[in-house]
Amino acid sequence: MEQILIYFYTYKEAIFIIALSVFLGIEVISHVPSVLHTPLMSGANAISGVIIVGGIILVGHANTGRISEELILGILAVILGTLNVAGGFVVTDRMLEMFKKKKK
Amino acid sequence: MDKIIGTSGALPFTTGDAILELSYLLAALLFVYGLKLLSHPETARKGNFYAAGGMVLAMATTLLLHKNNLHESIPLTNAIIIVISIAVGTVIGWIMARRVKMTAMPQMVSFFNATGGAASALVALLEFPKANMGNTGSVLVTLLGLIIGSIAFSGSMIAYGKLDGKVGDIRSKNMKYVNMLLLAVTVALMLFMMFSGHAPEELNWHIYLLFGLSLLYGVLFVMPIGGADMPVVISLLNSFTGIAAAMAGFIYNNEAMILGGILVGAAGSILTVLMCKAMNRSLLNVIVGAFGGSASGETQAEGTMKEITLSDASILLAYSQNVVIIPGYGMAVAQAQHACRELDKLLESRGVTVRYAIHPVAGRMPGHMNVLLAEADVPYNKLIEMDDINPDMPNTDVAVVIGANDVVNPAAINDPGSPIAGMPIIHAHEARNIIVMKRGRGKGYAGIENTLFFDSKTRLLFGNAKDSLHNLINEIKNL
Repeated sequence: MEQILIYFYTYKEAIFIIALSVFLGIEVISHVPSVLHTPLMSGANAISGVIIVGGIILVGHANTGRISEELILGILAVILGTLNVAGGFVVTDRMLEMFKKKKK
Repeated sequence: MDKIIGTSGALPFTTGDAILELSYLLAALLFVYGLKLLSHPETARKGNFYAAGGMVLAMATTLLLHKNNLHESIPLTNAIIIVISIAVGTVIGWIMARRVKMTAMPQMVSFFNATGGAASALVALLEFPKANMGNTGSVLVTLLGLIIGSIAFSGSMIAYGKLDGKVGDIRSKNMKYVNMLLLAVTVALMLFMMFSGHAPEELNWHIYLLFGLSLLYGVLFVMPIGGADMPVVISLLNSFTGIAAAMAGFIYNNEAMILGGILVGAAGSILTVLMCKAMNRSLLNVIVGAFGGSASGETQAEGTMKEITLSDASILLAYSQNVVIIPGYGMAVAQAQHACRELDKLLESRGVTVRYAIHPVAGRMPGHMNVLLAEADVPYNKLIEMDDINPDMPNTDVAVVIGANDVVNPAAINDPGSPIAGMPIIHAHEARNIIVMKRGRGKGYAGIENTLFFDSKTRLLFGNAKDSLHNLINEIKNL
């Protein structure tokens, strides 16, 4: 029991953020008409590309003096993350573009 | 930017540090607001734009202002490498997203989800050697990021392959035991690494083993799930990618990553549950895979399938008052949405009311039909959701089923023994006449006989949906 409390206190800020973000995510999505499920899924998918920030930090502080595993796989991570972000947002926009067009 | 302006918890921080954190806050808010706007048809496009803006902001400020633990900024060489990598990723992503056909959209989303998962897994893999093993919380998030990211990657790639028709289903009764065992081994290995007391260097092969096991689990996890359930799987894996990104956010103590990741994780989970509800199945049921080919139910089809000639079909349609079109995956495959819209316009010009009945899980993604029909310029208000159209079905002269099967199968209502029993369906069988456009006499994805096709009111028009529609349009024009 004590162990759990220690864990909670040590990571309390993280736990608060998780709890509130989960609530926020559920609240934001719950009232979506099914028409928008696909674009929404695609948009959320693009947001999960936020891992790109981690990739930038990783490569940003990597040693570029020699070609290492960290550098190569890090660059790969940045490229893949950008694919997720750029591709995700563009695909979502393409889907939504069609919704807009017919509204005229 | 490097001027120290204060201290926080005994650590000095500079103007740049403060601006960086502020930009993360702004990015996180843009994600939330963007997602919120994305859930309304009017504002959706703006929402997507805002979320993208948040992402660009977070990327730019990280590149310019991020400092490591030694207070070193990102050196110019590294920055150039990063910018080039981002440029490469953007160009490839842009071209792929622009070129993809609307029908291939689900697999495209699945593919992009896979790349995000892979990025998360790689970041975790590379951060592990630097982990402080004394801090079990930080080791836990690193390993979880690796496991979840890898599963999201390999699982999404399999889902992509399945939707693209490159990968078939592999089903076996023992598969679920194999999967459970594999998951147990993966978790056990993770716990061992956390509590073994070894330094990261000593666990070098363990981390690659963990990587490999997680990738394998992702493959085996998606492999037995049928193509019809792919939307649920993609949505679930999408939430995995979000969680993996959040785990990486904990490694770097980066709030934008944590919030963005968890937000997607929660939203993805909710979307998954909504989809399962639309099929009246539990998530567990989808994952274990209840749509076995062997489950036949008690329904025996009575009567025979009756074909209709083009001229009969055209007369039936042209002289009715109220027509409801029920599209399914077959329409997407045949790319028949434009022909469908053409028929709709032609009928409307003859005074027939034409509406579309949209089942929430028709197609291979929720909202798949809406996207396709929107592409063909079908007005928004003609797309009627299942619950709103069902009361009108008995007053419908003709229900035209285009490439849909399980979502109009009356067995879901009539036959408690059917594998799809209880799944809400569009009540096509209540219409006065039913025309079914179908490629062949085969069964739907659930692998069960559809009694609707044998109904005395039903007439079938065999052939590719696009060709059938074009022929029908010509017939009606000649009336």
